Amino acid sequence: MRFIDWLDERLAIRKIIKITLIDYKVPKNINFLWSFGMLLVLMFAILFISGLFLLMYYKPDSKLAFDSVNKTIMMDVSFGWLFRHVHAVGASIVFLLLYIHIARGIFYGSYKAPREVVWLTGYILFILFSATAFTGYLLPWGQMSYWAAQTITTLFEKIPFIGPDLVIWIRGDYAVADSTLTRFFALHVVFLPVLIMIFMGLHLYAVRVVGSNNEDGKKIDKEKEGVPFWPVFMSKEFFVMTVFLTFFFYLVFFKFDFAMDKINFEPANPLQTPTHIYPEWYFLAYYEVLRGFFFSQNLGLIAFALSMVLIAFLPWLDKSPIVSGKYRPLFKVAFWVFVIDFLVLTILGKLPPTGIYAWIGLFASLVYFGFFISLPIIARIEKKKFRGTTDERN
Amino acid sequence: MDEKISRRDFLLYAIGGWAAVGAGATLYAMYKTWEPLPEVKAAGVVEFDLSLVQPGEVRVIEWRRKPVFILRRTPDMKSDCPKRTIKTKLGEFTVVIGICTHLGCIPNWEPENHIWHCPCHGGKYNACGINIFGPPPRPLEIPPFKLKGNIIVLGEEGPEYKAMKA
Repeated sequence: MRFIDWLDERLAIRKIIKITLIDYKVPKNINFLWSFGMLLVLMFAILFISGLFLLMYYKPDSKLAFDSVNKTIMMDVSFGWLFRHVHAVGASIVFLLLYIHIARGIFYGSYKAPREVVWLTGYILFILFSATAFTGYLLPWGQMSYWAAQTITTLFEKIPFIGPDLVIWIRGDYAVADSTLTRFFALHVVFLPVLIMIFMGLHLYAVRVVGSNNEDGKKIDKEKEGVPFWPVFMSKEFFVMTVFLTFFFYLVFFKFDFAMDKINFEPANPLQTPTHIYPEWYFLAYYEVLRGFFFSQNLGLIAFALSMVLIAFLPWLDKSPIVSGKYRPLFKVAFWVFVIDFLVLTILGKLPPTGIYAWIGLFASLVYFGFFISLPIIARIEKKKFRGTTDERN
Repeated sequence: MDEKISRRDFLLYAIGGWAAVGAGATLYAMYKTWEPLPEVKAAGVVEFDLSLVQPGEVRVIEWRRKPVFILRRTPDMKSDCPKRTIKTKLGEFTVVIGICTHLGCIPNWEPENHIWHCPCHGGKYNACGINIFGPPPRPLEIPPFKLKGNIIVLGEEGPEYKAMKA
């Protein structure tokens, strides 16, 4: 008896592979943008494994952290530099993948019924990845680590009534200190990754139930118009993964410094703020929305909070019966304006918020919200225009 | 029959209620673990001898992990701020928490201009610690203090501090 048969009798391995992977039919009319979901699973695995090896030498103590990263891991541990560069570049690239994955979902209407739960679990994953990146960034205990954590936790001070006490509670001290480092460490290495795994499971399960969306946004006859996820879809996915990993390891070996700020190679100093503080590139757009309303700090904070939350409500903002952006000329315009606006915000986030940049920042922040306001209006126009013809398309 | 159902319901609510108490207690304990430790709270009172500061000089001392600026004013400095002035035999002092009220960066003292200038977003404060330019929404905060002759005690509220707040 072969081992696989022996196992099959006890764990029904063949059956579970058949149900979850082979009977799972992926539409034929999808393009390479649908490969980013599995790329993100791959990227998470890479971050998990590289993180595990960093964990073996990292010391979560404000007196030891900086040296454990910059001396022990970078200089003493064999290939320690490799794991650190993989982890740092991976943390950056995972957001590139997330943004492309999200943009694909927006353009092709992947958030629409019946995929609202797919969208919401995906949104929660984005927030969890952001929280993981933020808590992880404090761990090397460099100047940028320290001041990023200090600035972002200070934002909570503005919450009415409980704000100031809440900030002290989050930090466990009157400022970011050892207590903050150790609790961020716990969140970064256990709590958040476990939550990410749970929500990844839910996200994939939700996709398995309702099926992947496709370029034309139409319901497909899975028997005729679908191909098995395994082995057909995954064999193509492996090719995409190979290309992606080539790019990824090119960055790891030759361009790793883009993910590692020079200022962060100075140990954290609570009494000396670096001249320029800015977040990592993947948070710059939100940071610019925060600064964009330069005349009112409170308005900026509300805008910042809204800018991170609004996207979760896409399924209810856009009720147009037409699913795919391919067949929605007005939506296409709004979508590309939004994408360009996001890039403009990202670039502005690193520029000084003075003179003309301040005004462009304000304008770009308003355009960001304009996209979400335009969705119900576009949906309304389309409902009128396409009444009677939408049934054929869906 | 009714009695049977209500007995079952009673047990259900009893177990549910007990579980809720347990969950609540657990969450409370978790919440409490994140509070500052006793040693952190105890280090909240600091004494400093004001005579160590030369006229026109700013000393930075640490209090509750925050930098506190102690400026011994010279006559040519901005000083029309009675509610922000600490008067001693040595002269007038400005004592403020050195954390920009905008986003928590530490402003730098520019002796030639008699201002604090925040490196992050360009906020400026005069010698009284009052915001005069840029994004800061309000003046630099004054820490609770008490005077014992030339010694300033940070972390305790003396009559001078209470008079300022009144």
